[in-house]
Formats: sequence, structure tokens, C-alpha cells
Amino acid sequence: MAERAALEELVRLQGERVRTLKQQKAGTDQIEEEVAKLLKLKAQLGPDEGKQKFVLKTPKGTRDYSPRQMAVREKVFEVIIKCFKRHGAEVIDTPVFELKETLTGKYGEDSKLIYDLKDQGGELLSLRYDLTVPFARYLAMNKLTNIKRYHIAKVYRRDNPAMTRGRYREFYQCVSVGKLGNNRSSLKAAGSTFSSWYSKQPGFELSVNVYVHTEKESVQVEGQSPYLFLVNLAYGSVFSGGVSLVEQLLLDPKLSQNKQALEGLGDLKLLFEYLTLFGVANRISFDLSLARGLDYYTGVIYEAVLLQTPARAGEEPQGVGSVAAGGRYDGLVGMFDPKGRKVPCVGLSIGVERIFSIVEQRLEALEEKVRTTETQVLVASAQKKLLEERLKLASELWDAGIKAELLYRKNPKLLNQLQYCEETGIPLVAIIGEQELKDGVIKLRSVASREEVDIRREDLAEEIKKRTSQNLCIC
Amino acid sequence: MAPLGLVPARACAALFSPLLRPPRAVRARAVRSHSQVAGAVLTSQVKPDQKKSNFIIKTPKGTRDLSPQQMVVREKILDTVISCFKRHGAKRLDTPAFELKEMLTEKYGEDSMLIYDLKDQGGELLSLRYDLTVPFARYLAMNKLKKMKRYHVGKVWRRESPTIVQGRYREFCQCDFDIAGQFDPMIPDAECLKIICEILSGLQLGHFLIKVNDRRIIDGMFAACGVPENKFRAICSSIDKLDKMSWNDVRYEMVTKKSLAPEVADRIGEYIQRCGGVSLIEQLLQDPRLSQNKQILEGLEDMKLLFEYLTLFGIADKMSFDLSLARGLDYYTGVIYEAVLQTPSQTGEESLSMGSVAAGGRYDGLVGMFNPKGQKVPCVGLSIGVERIFSIVEQRMKVSDEKVRTTETQVFVATPQKNFLQERLKLIAELWNAGIKAEMLYKNNPKLLSQLHYCENTGIQLMVIIGEQEMKGGVIKLRSVASREEVAIKREHLVAEIQKRLSDS
Repeated sequence: MAERAALEELVRLQGERVRTLKQQKAGTDQIEEEVAKLLKLKAQLGPDEGKQKFVLKTPKGTRDYSPRQMAVREKVFEVIIKCFKRHGAEVIDTPVFELKETLTGKYGEDSKLIYDLKDQGGELLSLRYDLTVPFARYLAMNKLTNIKRYHIAKVYRRDNPAMTRGRYREFYQCVSVGKLGNNRSSLKAAGSTFSSWYSKQPGFELSVNVYVHTEKESVQVEGQSPYLFLVNLAYGSVFSGGVSLVEQLLLDPKLSQNKQALEGLGDLKLLFEYLTLFGVANRISFDLSLARGLDYYTGVIYEAVLLQTPARAGEEPQGVGSVAAGGRYDGLVGMFDPKGRKVPCVGLSIGVERIFSIVEQRLEALEEKVRTTETQVLVASAQKKLLEERLKLASELWDAGIKAELLYRKNPKLLNQLQYCEETGIPLVAIIGEQELKDGVIKLRSVASREEVDIRREDLAEEIKKRTSQNLCIC
Repeated sequence: MAPLGLVPARACAALFSPLLRPPRAVRARAVRSHSQVAGAVLTSQVKPDQKKSNFIIKTPKGTRDLSPQQMVVREKILDTVISCFKRHGAKRLDTPAFELKEMLTEKYGEDSMLIYDLKDQGGELLSLRYDLTVPFARYLAMNKLKKMKRYHVGKVWRRESPTIVQGRYREFCQCDFDIAGQFDPMIPDAECLKIICEILSGLQLGHFLIKVNDRRIIDGMFAACGVPENKFRAICSSIDKLDKMSWNDVRYEMVTKKSLAPEVADRIGEYIQRCGGVSLIEQLLQDPRLSQNKQILEGLEDMKLLFEYLTLFGIADKMSFDLSLARGLDYYTGVIYEAVLQTPSQTGEESLSMGSVAAGGRYDGLVGMFNPKGQKVPCVGLSIGVERIFSIVEQRMKVSDEKVRTTETQVFVATPQKNFLQERLKLIAELWNAGIKAEMLYKNNPKLLSQLHYCENTGIQLMVIIGEQEMKGGVIKLRSVASREEVAIKREHLVAEIQKRLSDS
């Protein structure tokens, strides 16, 4: 027993030493050394009852979304979903895990990044890696040949997380996909998804470039695929471009021999026509270097990059990374269908995590306050023993659809109640008082202006609605 | 950034970089891209041996996809639930789908074997979350928060044994609302019950009843009746079956399977079948055996206070203080409640055994289990069983043959003539830019009839029709799908006219 007490004392002293070193901002090596000693001592103490040994955290590569982050997230989703709906897409949902065999053979090298579930005696399962393969499975399972849908959900990849660059193991994908009859219609669909992407941007002063390239299944041309072939061409100085580049390539003697290359270039030309009609062609760039890793792409592929407008004049716009991508994948559904029936598909995926980070940063830079609740009024009282009245009034307001709160205290101070409003951004306070109750009125106070006015109890809900309809509650 | 499938660098990068000189703005990205070019080529071939495996395509057991029709129903339900949470000033929270395995151990008692584990792939040991309450407690402890009012809508996963429970999904959606913090007694508890009432009324599911009890009353009653303390949980789970089994069967189980003395069982029987309102509370407060027990008195006094508040909220008539209510989860420490629907909505619903549609209670010790200093953060909350509600609503719609629109498209852009694709594309872009929800067929030369049918099938109310004549005259035809009335509108007034019609309807 005495040994244990002595040991505990050593632990305490060592703990203090570590704390002091940290306070003095001593060298990292030194601190680490002392911490190691501390941990060793603690280990000697053995397991403590009731004390946890693990560190409180979320799994590597994942994070909680705080209320503030949720507010940002909801706003971004609102814009995206509105856009998908504007284009007539339906929404579906699929389970978070699939049968392991459903995902096998679809992701090439990336397969090792799939999260598997433990074999607990049932089916072998894996967490979904993206939303495209589940969608193809859904189409095949329901024998659908025609659908335009969006799906917003989290996907899981055992990547090496680089949290600083916003790379997570659990992250959101927003996917919009259409299955359509033939290549031409798909190009139109692709075009419409571009314009949808573009038109959702107006709130942000960021310009978008979309790189487009065709990537066909390999066919050997002089021992190289036409793709490599294209790259090999000495068009280095014109790395990317618009329709003119496509025209140039179409005239190239070697390329015009290759049927597939011609087909791809022809489609691209058509795509550019449609994009011009949609009014977004100036945002699009045909880029030879664009390559997408996933196995299942069979035709046009695209990637959207945000170019941040430079903070200072004269600076070049900085590439902030890819925020959306997609392409055509005609063979995927056929891999699920027992008869191998093909259902051509084209779609896009929006990397919302990157967008969240950007919007969050922006709001911080602007020091814009983000409200995390939508409460319109706080039911308060200045005097004691009015809890019952507050409960009754709050209940009336809730039943009338008003967003209201009250402090969970029997006799809160008015100052605390007002402070709560200021902290959480609640614009109005409904103050109950003995005299006002007798007169049948409630004092309605504006938190911002501090003006108070007596409103008849039966008119209160209406008055609150009127006053808060002019203001938007969040962001 | 969220990885979008770009292949990692490969050795052949070196071969290609000298060939390409990209514009400055994208140079950094391009360098990585060159290697991906080669990489992409190598992997872009669809491997022949991967065609058609011999498995049946399906979702995993106990899970399902939701079709567009089902999604519309679900979104409506969630909308009602979330509006209510917001109305009471809750902030939204989200946590990862999986937690470190150690976070979930020892929180769920017997139910722990129902947790989905992730395979040990060399990293941390992980498990899919079993509910939203434990992650919430973890969040509070992790961020050292003492107070929070939050809601969380998300999926949870439980490996329910399908032979035991029919029609129960392994993946399902929960909507949780919780208030964490030290406050004056029973006020937040009362608000939770008010919320359940608002939601169930708002969903128009018919009459419902909320059973209320208190863990202290249960434990105290057991003690007063002579149940040995080490048998509390076991007896509790037997009592929990009273909604499915008769008292005699439950008594039999307690005596024979759990070795409870028969006279103790009988004493429990005196109380356990009682339910009522404030009068029952008063009765029990007078009961000679029970009033000796301090725990029971505490529970009863709080129950009395709760009913006072519920009366002020106008919902006391929907409450029943029910001594047989015992909820399974280990972590409840105070008031517990469960909402059940009282009238089956349609015939043939026996398969949907009227289980609870919402439940919750007070759990003051959970956060303390995570907090190394063992600091307590009292919590009370509720969980809405949306899956059950969803099934009920779906059934109801099937019976009434209600049709649900799965898109919100307002206008369809059509043409009766050939070679008008370009005009349609231009026009639809105008509509989208004005924020109007519009669609067109992805065909070069669609027939007018099929375009009309498309509108009727998908419930689109307006059509704009372009043709040669109209183009010459500078007008577009605007047609109401329902009434089939057409009117010619000047091109420049089209958007305004559409917006007017949409806001009028």
C-alpha cells in the first residue's frame, strides 16, 4: 500500500514537471522525454477502476460536425439540392454498407482503401467507397433503364488522411447522375450538369474551369493507346484549350486515322456546341492531361477546379483543388446485370468537404456570425415565481409554430436571460410580469434595439411572425 | 481534399513530363496529373475476368434502398421532426458513422453483441454506432461541454438476429433530441415530452399515449419488494416484456428462469400492473411498503413535479404513469418514457406490432463514463422511431392509393417539330438561370405526344412549346398540362409569366 502511495506521489511530481516544462515552452524533445517517463510511471500503477485509458477522440480521418459547421453544411447542401431539383432529379438512398462482392473489381488499385466489416458469422460486408457503384447496383437490381437521380451521403475510404488539406476518411459526396439512351443525349445531360454546377456558384466569387477529356477503352495504336498517343503529340504548348484545340486535333493526320480518337473528338465538339447554347462554354477547357483513376469511366470525363480570385491585384489565381468531377461510365451497370445488359450512365460528383472548408474559412475571414439555432423569441420573466407562466406561454407559442426557448431555471435573472439572447442571436424577448399578466399583455422586446412594447397576449404570435419574417435567421 | 479518384503517382511520370508545358496556373496540379495519365491508361481497361460473377445482386440482409417515392415520404416525415426540434431551439450535430470500439464497450449491456465491428485492417479497432446517445456523450466529454441542447438525425446499425425479430431493419434512421446540463429539476424533462407530443400530433398518426416511469421508482420498488440487488437488471428485462407477454407468463419467467422468490414476485405484481395519473402518484406516496424507500420517494416527488409541468404544457391527458414501463438500456437513471400509437390505422397491420414510435429518458451518468475526471453532465433526451412511422405512413398511402411526385419540376420545354434542339437548349438554360425548375427530353427530335405523356406521368404542370411559327412571331406557347389551355407569350415576358403562374397556384 505504501509502495502504491509512493508511486502515486512520483506520478504527481512527474506530472507537474511536464506541466511546468510545457508552460516554459521547453523544447519538444525534452517534453516528450518527460512525458514518456510519466507514462511509464503511470503504467506501473496498473489499471485504475473507473478511469479510462484511452484518449477521447473520433477515429482517424473522421470528425464530428459542430453546430456551427452543421449550419454551413446545411446552407451548402441547400444550394446544391436546389440545383439538382431544378434539373428534375429524383433522390434515392442506399445502405452504408454493401455486400463485399458488390464492390469487388470496381475500383482497381483503390480497392485496398475499402473498409471491410468484421466477419461476424453473416454476410461479408464493406462500407461503400463511392455512390456510383451502389447506384449501378440499384439500377440493375430494379431493372431500370432511365433515371435521373441525386444522392448525398457519406462515403468511406481508408486513405492516409491529411486533415490539414481537408482529406478525410469519411466524407460527403453529392452525386447527380442520369442514365440516358445514347451518346448524344448523354452529352446534353453532361452539358446540363455543367450548367447546373456553374449556376450554383453565383454566391461565391470564384470562377470555375472544367477540364474535359475523353478516355476510351484502350485500343492499341502503334503499341500505344490513342490516349497516350494524344499525349505524345507535340501539342505541349497548347496544353488545354477550347473548341479550337479540338478542331486542331481533328485535322491531325495521325489522329484522324484512329476511329476511337475521332469518335471522342467528335463527341467533344458536339459537347462544346451544347455548352455554348447553355451559355457556359467559356468556363470549359479541353484538357489533355486530365485523367481520372477509377476503372469504370468509358467516355467523357471532367473535373472542376476552383480558381480563387487573387487577394491582391496582379497575383495569379490560385488553384484550390478539385471540387467536382465525373464522367461517362457505360459499362458499370452491365457488370451487375446477369445478362450483361448495358445501361449507359453519366454523372458528376461534388466534393463538398472541400467546399465546406472554403466557406468556413470565408466566414471566419469576414468574421460573420453564424447562428446555430433559428429561435425567434425567448420567453423570460424579470420577477420570481413566474416559471409556470413562462411554461404556459412557451407552450402557446410552440403550438402556434413559433420557435421559442426558455431558461431551465425556476427564477432566472433577467440579465442572464438577455445575455443568452445575445450569445445565441435570438432577436426577441417576451417578458412576463405580474402587472402585465393582470392587464393581459406581454412585453415584447427587441434584443438589438432594446425597445419594448406591450402586445396583447392573443396577438403575440402574429406580432413575432411579422417581425421575424423580414430577417433571415441563419447566416 | 476529398479524394475524387485520382490515381497515385507512378514511375512513368518521368517519361511524359518533358513533353507538356502547362499554363502556369495549373502547373502544380499538372505535374501530378502526368503520372496519372499513364496510370489511368493502365487501369482504364475493364478487366475481362470481372464480368458477371455468379452472385445475386441485393442489399445486405436487414438493409434496403429507398426509392424516389419512399424518399419523398421520408423527407416529409423528417421535415416535421426537424422543424419541431428547431422550434425548441436545438442545434444540429453530426458524428462519424463509426467510433473507436472502446467508446462503445460497456455502454449497452446485453445488447453489446448486436454491434457491428469493422475488420481489423491494421489500424484502430472500430465499430459502427449503435445509437446516437453514446456518441453525444462522447462529444460532450471530448469538448468539455457542460451544457448543450442538440438534435441529431442519422443512421445507426444493429445486428438484430432476424429469427427473433421480424421486420426490424439492421440499418435505420434515428432522430434524437437531447438536453445536457445541470438545471432545475424536471423542466427539460417536461420539454422532451412536449416535443414528442408535438411531433406525433404533427405527423397525424392518430391517438397516442406516452407511458412514463422512473428508474428510481423501479429500482426502489424492487428493493421494497425484496428483490436482491444483483437481480435488478434481470428482473427489469422480464418486466420489460409485459407489453408482449401476460403478467402470468412474466411471473413464471421471473420465478423459474431467474430464480426469484415467488412471494417477491407476487409483491411486485401488486404494483406493476398499475397505471394512471397524478392520483396514482398520491396513492403510492401513501403506500406503507413503498414510502419506506428513499429512492421511490425521490422518484415519486419528481414525477409529481413533472405532471405539474405537463399540465401547464397542456399535454397531461396524453400521459400515463405506468409502473410496468422498464426500458432496456443500462444508462437511464431517472425518468423514462415511451410513446405508443393507440389505434391501428388500417386493417392488416398486425405484422406491424404496435411497438413504440418514440422513447427516451434521463441518463445522468453516461458522460461521466467518458470524462477522465469523472465529472457528471446530466442529460435527458428522446429518440423518434422514424422507421416505424415510415412503415405506417407507407401502408396508409398504399391503401388510399395516394400518388407522390418524385420531382419538383415546374416547366417542361417541348417542341412538336424537328431540328429544334438548339432552341430548346437555349430556352431551358434561360429558365434554369431564372431559378425555374425545368426539364426537357434528351432526344434530338422527340414527338410531341411523348413529351406530353412525360409531363402527365411526372406531374409537371406547365409546358413551353417552341415551333417555327412561334419563332417567327417572337412568341412561345405556354400550356397548362391539366387544362390543356394554351396561350402565346412574347419571349421576353415568358419568365415573368411563368413565375406569376407558379406563385398563383
